Amino acid sequence: MRLFPALYSWVGERVDLAPLIYLIKKKTVPDHKHSLWYYTGGMTLFFFAIQIATGILLLLYYRPSAEAAYESVQFIMTEVKFGWLIRSLHSWSANLLIGALFVHMFSVFFMKAYRKPRELTWFSGSFLLFLCLAFGFSGYLLPWNKLAYFATKVGTDIAGQIPILGHSVLVFLRGGEEVSGATLTRFFGFHVAILPAAATFLLLLHLILVQLQGMSVPPALENNPNKKSIPFFPHFLLRDLLGWLLALLLLVVLASIFPWELGEKADPLAPAPAGIKPEWYFVFMFQTLKFLPAEILFIPGELVGIAAFTVGGILLLFVPLLDKNPAGRSGRWISRIGWGVVVYMVVFTILGYLWPATK
Amino acid sequence: MKRWFKKFVRTGSYASALTGLLIFSARAQDTCLECHRQMEENLKTPTLHIEADVHYQRGISCAGCHGGDPKEEDPDLSMSPARGFIGVPKPQQIPSFCARCHSDVEYMKHYNPKLPTDQLAQYRTSVHGKQLAKGDTNVATCISCHGVHGILRPTDTRSPVFKTNVPKTCAGCHADKKRMAAYKIPTNQYHDYLESVHGKLLLEKKELSAAACTDCHGNHGASPPGLSDVAGACGECHPSNRDLFEKSPHKEPFQKAKLPQCAACHGNHKVLPPTDEFLGVGEGAVCVQCHKSGSKGYETAAVFKALLDSLKAATEEARGLVKKAEVAGVKVGLTKFDLRACEDVIVHSRSELHAFNLADFRALIQDGMTKAERVKKASLVSLEDLEIRRKGLIFSGVLILFLCIGLWLKIRKLDRERGNPSVKS
Repeated sequence: MRLFPALYSWVGERVDLAPLIYLIKKKTVPDHKHSLWYYTGGMTLFFFAIQIATGILLLLYYRPSAEAAYESVQFIMTEVKFGWLIRSLHSWSANLLIGALFVHMFSVFFMKAYRKPRELTWFSGSFLLFLCLAFGFSGYLLPWNKLAYFATKVGTDIAGQIPILGHSVLVFLRGGEEVSGATLTRFFGFHVAILPAAATFLLLLHLILVQLQGMSVPPALENNPNKKSIPFFPHFLLRDLLGWLLALLLLVVLASIFPWELGEKADPLAPAPAGIKPEWYFVFMFQTLKFLPAEILFIPGELVGIAAFTVGGILLLFVPLLDKNPAGRSGRWISRIGWGVVVYMVVFTILGYLWPATK
Repeated sequence: MKRWFKKFVRTGSYASALTGLLIFSARAQDTCLECHRQMEENLKTPTLHIEADVHYQRGISCAGCHGGDPKEEDPDLSMSPARGFIGVPKPQQIPSFCARCHSDVEYMKHYNPKLPTDQLAQYRTSVHGKQLAKGDTNVATCISCHGVHGILRPTDTRSPVFKTNVPKTCAGCHADKKRMAAYKIPTNQYHDYLESVHGKLLLEKKELSAAACTDCHGNHGASPPGLSDVAGACGECHPSNRDLFEKSPHKEPFQKAKLPQCAACHGNHKVLPPTDEFLGVGEGAVCVQCHKSGSKGYETAAVFKALLDSLKAATEEARGLVKKAEVAGVKVGLTKFDLRACEDVIVHSRSELHAFNLADFRALIQDGMTKAERVKKASLVSLEDLEIRRKGLIFSGVLILFLCIGLWLKIRKLDRERGNPSVKS
């Protein structure tokens, strides 16, 4: 019982903790009818932390080569104590992380939290979203199973459609003309070195900005004379903790109902299985490209689709600069477009799973 | 050192120049080639591919076979019988003509000690040789298969007697309806062979161990295998099945009924890839060609098929369970080896069939069934691991749920203690 006061006193004699204690005691978080969405950021962070912890554990046994990758994941799942749990948590948490990220981003978007002075927080968050998609794409191939192999083939084929640079991008991603062991090795490099380095920097920047600027209040509630808030410690922190526990519960439920499978080992010489699909968060884009005609005004349909998604990504990134009056007319229009995008993503994702494989 | 090297190079150059000159003068002295190269059509043809000829390459030129004097420029003298010229041999003379050297053990030893020298003796026992002896010049002689003036080693892939070229070489005569009409033999052998398992392996997959015409019929002593020799011919490559057939109850009745052993069920030139449908009494079954419905043989054939099918079904089920466990990521370990053993029994039983011993076959199938059952049980045990994992996760989930409830109660308690935690900012 006396351990914490003693520890506090020991540290306090060496570092002045008073300003930190003062900050924690004084810090408050706005409380209003939309404040539930504040917890999505914490949940995203929680899933990210699970990814780091389980990813490090998987690294102890994973071997990044076409000859050994599948067998090493099989070893993790069958021979390593609780290896199956770590792998299942890593795979499920990766998906829930992307899901939480989308929810967090759209909640920030619709609450107009990107408006001045939080543009930098939005930019860093947008880049984090792109990084997490890259994490998902690169990580999906690492078990070297059949589905992952062909999904990567399709995904990198799409990247190869980019005008002029397409072939170079494809060769850079694949480490050659075809998806091979070279692709696996470099995807592993992206997944465990390059992307984590970039994500750590952006995440720190994002969290520092959030702490410095505090939570944003939606414009409609900003001028409310009865604005309320709750203390950060312990009230908001315990609620955030509850959010994390609920996230963990969801993770456990999904992992128990749908255990993440190992799949069949990739065979580059085998024909592609019918109805091959990317991870669910890419399905709306994949389905759109499938629906586009071969040519639109003499331009290849796929190219038009890729260009549209690229423009969409850029517009999303620059929303804070485009929305000149978040509380006014432009803000309303941007919200309407945002809802359109949400509906479009949901509908095309569902279509992606329901549409016949041959189409 | 430098002087020594220069001397060496100089001596080498002189030696090379001298050798070249000797070869050139030696070739220049071959008046056969010199004259025939300047002639037209038929008379020029023998010179066209002579450089590739295995004999020419070993120093045997025109005179080596045809006699004469290749140093003499006057055609009357160079092709004079007095100088040993024997001219172009007649078709009946060709085997003996080639055999002057090829049957001479002492002579052939100098070129290739391993080369057989019994070709002529073999040829005389062949259908071709016998017909030729009767004066039929329409039959194949040495040059029909090996070519003439440009003969390549049989190991040369361009040679007409190289393994993959043999079927086409034989077909050159045997698919020729006009040529074969006099002998009243069919001409569809090549066409059938192309569809056969042997033809596909040899000609499409370039599998040189697959049978070509000469593997069953012989080459120099080519003749159709007799009824009692068929199993011997097939058994050269399929010894296990031959031995099983030899002790099978089919051997004697086949002989009595003059059925060509293996070929009775599998065909001869059109040996199709065997399937399990060959067995039994269903569509495509060969047993029903002899065993009519209601007979004991018919019933036995059905039992054989049912036994094989039961093992295949059990193995398929076991394979499905192993795959399910493997894909799910649970430990299958040695079960995969047991499954392989099970699959081996199916392969073994397909061969064992040729003995048509129902008791032995049943015992073999039973062994396979036991193995399949073991694989199924082991796979189900492995799959139970999934359930254990699931239960563990559900238990953890319940704990987390309690923790959530506890935390929620704590939050509510804190809120109550603080009054309304939400304050005006």
